Amino acid sequence: MLNSLIVIIISMVLVSNYPLAQFLGICPFLGVSKELDSAKGMGIAVTFVMVLATAATWPIMQVLSKFNLAYLQTVVFILVIAALVQLVEMFMKKSMPALYKSLGVFLPLITTNCAVLGVCIKNIDNNYNYIEALVNSFGAGLGFLLAMVIMAGVRSKLVDESRMPVSFRGVPITLVTAAILALSFMGFQGMVS
Amino acid sequence: MGKQSRLRILLNGLIKENPVLVLVLGTCPTLAVTTSVENGVGMGVSAMAVLVCSNIVISLLRNVIPDKVRIPCYIVVIAGFVTIVQLLLQAYVPALYASLGLFIPLIVVNCIILGRAEMFANKNTIFDSALDGIGMGLGFTFALFLMGSMRELLGNGTWLGIHVFDKFIPGMGIFNLAPGGFFSYAVIMAAVTYFAAKKGAK
Repeated sequence: MLNSLIVIIISMVLVSNYPLAQFLGICPFLGVSKELDSAKGMGIAVTFVMVLATAATWPIMQVLSKFNLAYLQTVVFILVIAALVQLVEMFMKKSMPALYKSLGVFLPLITTNCAVLGVCIKNIDNNYNYIEALVNSFGAGLGFLLAMVIMAGVRSKLVDESRMPVSFRGVPITLVTAAILALSFMGFQGMVS
Repeated sequence: MGKQSRLRILLNGLIKENPVLVLVLGTCPTLAVTTSVENGVGMGVSAMAVLVCSNIVISLLRNVIPDKVRIPCYIVVIAGFVTIVQLLLQAYVPALYASLGLFIPLIVVNCIILGRAEMFANKNTIFDSALDGIGMGLGFTFALFLMGSMRELLGNGTWLGIHVFDKFIPGMGIFNLAPGGFFSYAVIMAAVTYFAAKKGAK
């Protein structure tokens, strides 16, 4: 049991890293990875919401499939996630103002982060049980955090754009960076069979 | 609104404000499903259908939806149409449904659709919103078509399943994987910037 959970975490963090190997959560990966602090904040906030969202959507899916309503999955999941994010934001603002200050700005963005909805649906598609689903979401969040932090570290060295071809400045060079990063993450492939 | 500006709305999304190549929205599906032209165009058309429908409905409801809860309302409308598209694809094009997989339900969180609802449909008339949806959708499809062409040609040596040079030169498999996706996107975007700058200088 424990072994399979560890395998799930390692494979989610390194082998099938969400932004770098599965193309999930690219928008914040490109958009918020300019500074290390905000990248870290975003990564932690996403991990937190992913685990919470899985904790909420997995039981809901059991109810839905019991009543043959599985086709409502998309609508219900996105609503639950949106409501959850709003709730977390309100709760944090009231009782953890310090944490809210560092993570709060990212929370509204997370609703439309496809990695969160993606991980919820994948947990169902893979037939994970409740614990496996939670661990899977946690691993996915950690992988996202790792990719964000590495990306921010690389990008902080790319501030001087004067030696690049003009048309590659800005987003394209970020994408090339991501390509090289993804290439190096491919080295982990085959680590978990 | 005159005919001229209507045409401009339509063309706006296609070239000047191409959602993928200029505004950098909807990057996840752009990278994920463009391993072949067929998948890319399939995704583009599905997203366009959702975009046009949701733009029309949101424009219809723009005076009814209270401002404070508009985002959840938009999401519900969009999710409804995505479910319809999902069921239609599953029934009529099961092969495409299987290869797009997870990314069909993820149309809900495609920033292009929510972005157009927020920026255009809640301020404009139904007809204009529909036009905007078509223009943006075509722009999205066009970008996916470009990405898909480049990746399928270089990765498999085929184009839309037609053998181009795969008999002589084996495809570079890396273009079907994540790094190739990022790289193709970077090159296409840089090319667009290059030509746009050249045209602007004239």
